[in-house]
Amino acid sequence: MQSTRSRIVHAALGWTVALVMFFPIFWMLLTGFKTEMDAIATPPTLFFAPTLENYAEVHQRADYLRFAGNSVVISFAGTALAIALAVPAAYAMAFFPTKRTRSTLLWMLSTKMLPPVGVLVPIYLLARDSGLLDTRTGLVIIYTLINLPIAVWMLYTFFKEVPHEILEAGRMDGAGPRQELVHLLLPLAVPGIASTALLLLILCWNEAFWSLNLTAANAAPLTAFIASFSSPEGLFWAKLSAASTMAIAPILVLGWFSQRQLVRGLTFGAVK
Amino acid sequence: MFVAGVVAGALLASTAIARAETRLTIATVNNGDMIVMQRLSSHFERQHPDIRLNWVVLEENVLRQRVTTDIATRGGQFDILTIGTYEVPIWAKQGWLAPLDDLPAGYAVEDVLTPIREGLSHDGRLYALPFYGESSMTFYRKDLFDDAGLTMPAQPTYEQVTEFARTLHDPANQRYGICLRGKPGWGENMAFVSTMVNTFGGRWFDMEWNPAIDTPEWHRAVGTYIDLLRNYGPPGASSNGFNENLALFANGQCAMWIDATVAAGMLYNPGQSRVHDKVAFAQAPVGSWEKGNAWLWSWALGIPSTSQKADAARQFVTWATSADYVGLVAEEEGWVAVPPGTRASTYARAEYTAVAPFAEFVLAAIQSADPVKTTRDPKPYIGIQYAGIPEFQAIGTQVGQTIAAALTGQVTVEQALKSAQSATERTMRQAGYR
Repeated sequence: MQSTRSRIVHAALGWTVALVMFFPIFWMLLTGFKTEMDAIATPPTLFFAPTLENYAEVHQRADYLRFAGNSVVISFAGTALAIALAVPAAYAMAFFPTKRTRSTLLWMLSTKMLPPVGVLVPIYLLARDSGLLDTRTGLVIIYTLINLPIAVWMLYTFFKEVPHEILEAGRMDGAGPRQELVHLLLPLAVPGIASTALLLLILCWNEAFWSLNLTAANAAPLTAFIASFSSPEGLFWAKLSAASTMAIAPILVLGWFSQRQLVRGLTFGAVK
Repeated sequence: MFVAGVVAGALLASTAIARAETRLTIATVNNGDMIVMQRLSSHFERQHPDIRLNWVVLEENVLRQRVTTDIATRGGQFDILTIGTYEVPIWAKQGWLAPLDDLPAGYAVEDVLTPIREGLSHDGRLYALPFYGESSMTFYRKDLFDDAGLTMPAQPTYEQVTEFARTLHDPANQRYGICLRGKPGWGENMAFVSTMVNTFGGRWFDMEWNPAIDTPEWHRAVGTYIDLLRNYGPPGASSNGFNENLALFANGQCAMWIDATVAAGMLYNPGQSRVHDKVAFAQAPVGSWEKGNAWLWSWALGIPSTSQKADAARQFVTWATSADYVGLVAEEEGWVAVPPGTRASTYARAEYTAVAPFAEFVLAAIQSADPVKTTRDPKPYIGIQYAGIPEFQAIGTQVGQTIAAALTGQVTVEQALKSAQSATERTMRQAGYR
């Protein structure tokens, strides 16, 4: 009886939290189908005559596919590169730690605490001098570097959950470090790697500071697309909501399809 | 062999065409006039088949940061920049902008309104061409005034405005006496507060560049501003900027609103305003000094000195700010959509004044706005709602934050102005003014 009641309470709590988190997204979806007048109405209107005029205007004013294409290329390439660099680093730190491993990990994470605007001018000058301003390559490099600490940290914790004995058994059978990594560790840590990759992908997709500051006409991703609908003088909430819905739709769909993998990754090692 | 030759020839030809084509990258802000310009720019591309336009549309603050970074580091990402009357003289002094001398006779530069033209010049040379200009004015609900038996004078005083706000404030029915900018920022609350300071006899700096913030004039101005918003303003006024107040007024929740003249076009538009048939307007209120009560701002197109395509950029800038362009907008979008506040010829057109009842009023507000002789006591800087020095963005935003803190009750007006004074003194000392 107690467990049934506790299950109901947990479920209710879970649903409440989920609804509270989902509400802003739901409101954005709804606002995208309102007129600008309905969007600013007080009290807010739940029932209204839906319109597609915001989507039509967004479509007319900006080349969505070009922005979305840039987002896809930059996010996937940045994620793949970060994972490729983070896997060997996390492997070395998890299985061959030195006395400085812990402090190195902390130092890597501390680089995330620096406000990005503090290094805007040096990075801008470096990008300018290497011809990487307004290029997808430039953003891929930046995204790889800013996400590397999180990738290494997450993979390190996932790898630590893999029993040492399995790798030792492999070593006894004559496997070298490369074979150990590729044939033993990676298959065991797939859920962890997948959830790390998905998180990096979301971080890349949503990153706005560098994508707005280092791009102009050619490499601008969807964050720049959204920013272009915010207006200093004039009503823009409905159009901005429509643009935001179009911007998050691809990553939302991807997240939906990979949620099983994501949950497996996040609970990886919880039950051995 | 023949086919290979033809393909190679075609490839060479297409390369030659691609080389001949000039691509201009335009950094701009998302406002109604710019959106229309973007839409109509296909006309320009048809007239100039060798020029292609790439638009980078950004939010105002992002645009400012983006183009400032690019121009200060000589990044060369943009060929045309959208900048305002604050930036143009400062950037021109730094040598960051190409001067726009010898404009073609057909451009009729003398038709551009004098205060706007002067605001976009440095040492007598023009560095940007305006596509939009604005001043500030008082909007009010005629129906509410009539019902309460009140009459708004053509030139109200802050004393009268306070009295009107007191009478019309009805928070139980979500209708507030007055809406004003409260969101901190040099271009947000400080744009408005600076005009109040001017008209209460104050100024930002004395002739020796000493900040003059902790003075009786500032205390009176800021005190009146905070009393108005706290007693008769909407809840959460410290987070309201132009758009938030526009939404409130358009929804029928403000009895009065003092803000940019550009709002007139939006409030009179039935598609954007529930009170389109109930709006009336008057000049921006005055305090003890009858000048400096209304601001002056213009968005303009400038060409960075780093642009390698200055000739093509100049062709576009002169096209997009010409009287012919105004005619094109009227033809394609209607007279109500033509860019306001730039050319005298626009206001001479009966078609325009017929659809924009506020047109003459806006023209008078802009023409009477004088960025030089604004304050009661002499000042060393140019600008009405800002001081035209590079340090002002930081100073204005910092002072704006302390005033917003006073508005929310975190500090008193006295504490806010004292701390604003010492912070500004420090910034000016570090910048080498004293």
